[in-house]
Amino acid sequence: MLTSANLVWLIALPLFSSAILLLAGKRSNSWGHVLATTVSASAFTVGVIEFFAMQGRPEESRAVTQKLFTWISVGTFKVDASLLLDQLSICFVLLITGVGTLIHIYSIAYMSHDLDRRRFFAYLNLFIAAMLLLVLGDSYLNLYVGWEGVGLASYLLIGFWNQKPAYATAAKKAFVANRVGDVGLSLAIMIAFATFGDVSFAGIKEHAEHASSTQLTAIGLMLLLAACGKSAQFPLQSWLGDAMAGPTPVSALIHAATMVTAGVYLITRSNFIFDQAPIAQLMVLVIGGVTLLFGAIIGTAKDDIKKALAASTMSQIGYMILATGLGPIGYAFAIMHLLTHGFFKASMFLGAGSVMHGMKDEVNMRKFGGIGKFMPITALTFGLGYLAIIGVPPFAGFYSKDKIIETAFNAGGVKGIALGVATLVGAMITAFYMTRVVILTFFGNERWGHTDEPHESPALMLIPIALLSVGSVVSGFVLSKGQGLVHWLEPIVNPLKEHHAEEFLPPIVVSAMTLSVVVIGVSIAIMKYRGDQLAVAPVNVSSLTKAARRDLFQDDFNETVFMRPGQSLVSNLLNLDYLVIDGTVRAVGSISLTAGSKLRSLQNGYVRSYALLTVIGALALLTVIWVVTA
Amino acid sequence: MSIANYLYLSAILFTIGAIGVVVRRNAIVVFMCIELMLNAANLAFVTFARINGNLEGQVVAFFTMVVAACEVVVGLAIIVTIYRSRRSASVDDASLLKR
Amino acid sequence: MIIAGIISVLPSKNNELIKRIAFAGSVIVALASMFLAIGFDKSNTSLQFVQSNAWIPTFNINYAVGLDGISLVLILLSTILVPIVLLATWHESDGGRWSSKAFYILILVLETMMIGVFAATDLFLFYVFFEAMLIPIYFLIGGYGSDNKSAAAVKFLLYSLFGGLLMLASIIGIYVISGNQIGATFDLTQLATLEIDNRTENLLFLGFFIAFAIKAPLWPFHTWLPDAAKAATPGTSVLLLGVLDKVGTYGMIRFCIQLFPDASKTFTPIIITLAVVSIIYGAFMAIGQKDIKGLIAFTSISHFGFITMGIFAMTSQGMSGANLYMVNHGFSTAALFLIAGWMIKRRSSSTISDFGGLQRVTPVMAWTFFIAGMSSLALPGLSSFVSEFLVLVGTFTRYPIAAVIGTIGIVLAALYILIPVQKMLHGPIAAGNEKLADLSLREKLAISPVILIIILMGFYPKPVLDLINPTSEKVVVNAGYTDPVAKVVK
Repeated sequence: MLTSANLVWLIALPLFSSAILLLAGKRSNSWGHVLATTVSASAFTVGVIEFFAMQGRPEESRAVTQKLFTWISVGTFKVDASLLLDQLSICFVLLITGVGTLIHIYSIAYMSHDLDRRRFFAYLNLFIAAMLLLVLGDSYLNLYVGWEGVGLASYLLIGFWNQKPAYATAAKKAFVANRVGDVGLSLAIMIAFATFGDVSFAGIKEHAEHASSTQLTAIGLMLLLAACGKSAQFPLQSWLGDAMAGPTPVSALIHAATMVTAGVYLITRSNFIFDQAPIAQLMVLVIGGVTLLFGAIIGTAKDDIKKALAASTMSQIGYMILATGLGPIGYAFAIMHLLTHGFFKASMFLGAGSVMHGMKDEVNMRKFGGIGKFMPITALTFGLGYLAIIGVPPFAGFYSKDKIIETAFNAGGVKGIALGVATLVGAMITAFYMTRVVILTFFGNERWGHTDEPHESPALMLIPIALLSVGSVVSGFVLSKGQGLVHWLEPIVNPLKEHHAEEFLPPIVVSAMTLSVVVIGVSIAIMKYRGDQLAVAPVNVSSLTKAARRDLFQDDFNETVFMRPGQSLVSNLLNLDYLVIDGTVRAVGSISLTAGSKLRSLQNGYVRSYALLTVIGALALLTVIWVVTA
Repeated sequence: MSIANYLYLSAILFTIGAIGVVVRRNAIVVFMCIELMLNAANLAFVTFARINGNLEGQVVAFFTMVVAACEVVVGLAIIVTIYRSRRSASVDDASLLKR
Repeated sequence: MIIAGIISVLPSKNNELIKRIAFAGSVIVALASMFLAIGFDKSNTSLQFVQSNAWIPTFNINYAVGLDGISLVLILLSTILVPIVLLATWHESDGGRWSSKAFYILILVLETMMIGVFAATDLFLFYVFFEAMLIPIYFLIGGYGSDNKSAAAVKFLLYSLFGGLLMLASIIGIYVISGNQIGATFDLTQLATLEIDNRTENLLFLGFFIAFAIKAPLWPFHTWLPDAAKAATPGTSVLLLGVLDKVGTYGMIRFCIQLFPDASKTFTPIIITLAVVSIIYGAFMAIGQKDIKGLIAFTSISHFGFITMGIFAMTSQGMSGANLYMVNHGFSTAALFLIAGWMIKRRSSSTISDFGGLQRVTPVMAWTFFIAGMSSLALPGLSSFVSEFLVLVGTFTRYPIAAVIGTIGIVLAALYILIPVQKMLHGPIAAGNEKLADLSLREKLAISPVILIIILMGFYPKPVLDLINPTSEKVVVNAGYTDPVAKVVK
């Protein structure tokens, strides 16, 4: 395998820049954002160079590695800090640095009024570094470092405005939910080490076929838990909605395009485990299916534009996770959907940010309306993203989502039909809620209630949005042309190794079905929201809507099942510690004290009572001797 | 007359002395009772010497007498001093060691 | 040789009045111990820098000292922390019951004892240091602490003496047995060769183990620690939790396992259970604390659970991880306690809810606290992660269930660190906090080496692991264990 000395710069550049910005403090206020953006752009350049270099090489020698140093070595547990750039990770490198750079540029304008802009850019760079480490690590443990690193960056960025207690709580919630997933990853690494004596991808891949299915299933399920935490999948999804507390560029970069898709990366990377663990794979399908519907339903009821988009992200990642559960061909489509989703969701989030920028940070869609004519460019780009996500040809989402639905039907049997129907229903709901978002925001009556007209955002914000929306138009076509991505990923996931016995439905039928459900979804939304809307959310709504507004009771569930019992456990333990354990200790102490003071009263100073005690003592002694000898 | 009777007498004298020490308050009487107990012990020693047919018990009895004499000297001196300073020979009044 | 030099040099400094001299002295000791580390032969697993003088020849008691990898890193930890503590708590001793001169004397005497206890290879000498260590720390807590200091100091002393007495009984026991077999000795290497029948071995083991479990502290012998940590000055707490308590876990490796391998095997299930309980229990208790010092104390109980679990997992990963954990925990707890101490001093309160929004008022202090906290919750890239993961991996290969329960501690760690971070650093600026001063230059100088070590050891733990590994592997092998082999053979 080739080695390359460039890989480390991908990570080191943003890491150092982040450290410089944090250490330099206020001194770097004036140039901090420029440095951060330049660094991100240079990382992107390195990525592009590596990409073309990789393309120029024959298929079998495309992957490159770089060993930095021996990180941990104890007994047989040896982990090198080394990087691996192959066909899979290069996709992510380009996505992270590309979208990342655009969002850096956007943030320069978006955050220009914030006093702490420098700190924001430091966190963004930290995130880029951690995310690149996540996709470049050549072993699960290296991945884990990046995995927790992005969790930290996400925590810092969600809590960026942590002077508001609710935001600080949202950040904490995200970190803790992620940690639950991280436990899954660390357990997976432990099982892998106990089974294979190795934690590197290459080492495990080589021996995976010799492991028993129990071990592989255990590893697979633990990896799935990890993916659930990071990618906001059921049942660990509740943090994502609250994570919208972070600044909007963060939501676009971390909570839409890159970090939350890390779970998809993890499962795809671990294809050699999942392919041989059918139970784990089935669980992946179930989780993906449940989440895609779950997220879609929540999306229909949210009035906060960012939370609606977050629910949509959850749902779309559900699609990707479902696709990764579909076996070798599914991985490629999952990655394809991931890339297209990265474009259109980031562009829509940035569009939402642009709307908020023009609307004095208002996020409630009920107080938008008719913004299209004041912010035409934002509306246009948002519209392109919208067409992409609902899957209208020839926009990006059509190519990727359609493939997933088709593959789901082809899974065969009852499973195939169930998955196919789930994905179709998901597509219909997606069409509905996205249409709702667009109508409530850009069309209809003006409901913002103040006289200031919304203004279009500066060019520094619009250019990144425009570039991303170009991506959301063409990326699907480019990636699927001649099955380009599928062939590209072939050495990693072997998508073409299996031949499908038969196709359940011809592709054209699936496309037609998809399109028709999309049309149905769009029409329902238009029917429902075409008239003038009120600026407040209606109260008399169906119980399903109420449930969806409350995130389908996920928070209530967590609160009743984990938080409350946890709190009472803590307070009971505090009492236990004080009363029982420390109580025993204090009892020993107080017994000696009491005994001392009681005994002291015998020392009354009267000679005669001493004498009496002596006599009694002597008599007692005699009795004892008499009893013992008798 | 059995030789054991001397031992009984000794036990009775000792008990009388011990009771006297415990119940009487006057230091002089307590002191005399202690002497009584010592002499009861002496009697027992001599009796045992007689029973065993050797002289050890009698020797110890002499030792006891010497010690008792010393004790009388010191004890009476203390009692007289206490009486002088407190105008009382009651042992209960002299409870200064308490606390 | 050099160790003896260090020990004899230190007391002569005690009479110096000025803090600077004490500080300079401790820096010299720290440098000396670093030179010692450079001169240490990593490949050699037997004791190095051995020195032995007859002390009480009648009982064959020797002043015998020597180092292996484990004791070396712990001595490094102590000698590095002492100057940092002295610098960080320059004014801490003012206004104590006694003069600050006495404070510095006590700290330096304590350092001598700590070095001695880690270096001693004669059982009796170890015992003497072990008990004598209590004296300076008793006066440090009782003389310079905050509310409730006398009670806490007495509680600490009685707890430790109780354990110490049990250990003394065991020491005498093993001395007598050695007298019957190989000629009475207190020498550690010779004692390890004794053949002891099971019942006696178990009893002797328990004598040692309870003493160390109290010192470590392991659940349910922990209740002295929060009281002592709350009452002591931050500097004292650093030495107490950072170094002194390590004597407990160090003792488990050095004495319990090496002297009584069979009894260790017998008691392993119970000890692993206690360790797991400590991890979870300490974490829950930490979540419930209202006092920041109490919180840090309980996080330490959780961490000591990890260390004990790693030791008794009896795999090279667990053992090395536990050793590394001792060092890392020393530094991250030191950072937490020192910064918490500065916060408390500025705000005159140690209640978590009295703080708020510190990130905006005192950014440097908040950041250092945050990094130390992240290290405490074992974020990858910071020092504790490597050790915690090694402990978990090492335990998993032998006792998977214990490791799985232990990982719950990872989630709880996120809670017990992030809750104070949110309440103290984030949120609106709480009343009374608006004008708190950020770290002074002296404080920055004191804390920066610790933060630097935390980050460096996270990315590049190899130098320390190289010191530890041979010794830990030797301990595991001597105890009659080999690492479990991976199920899929390559």
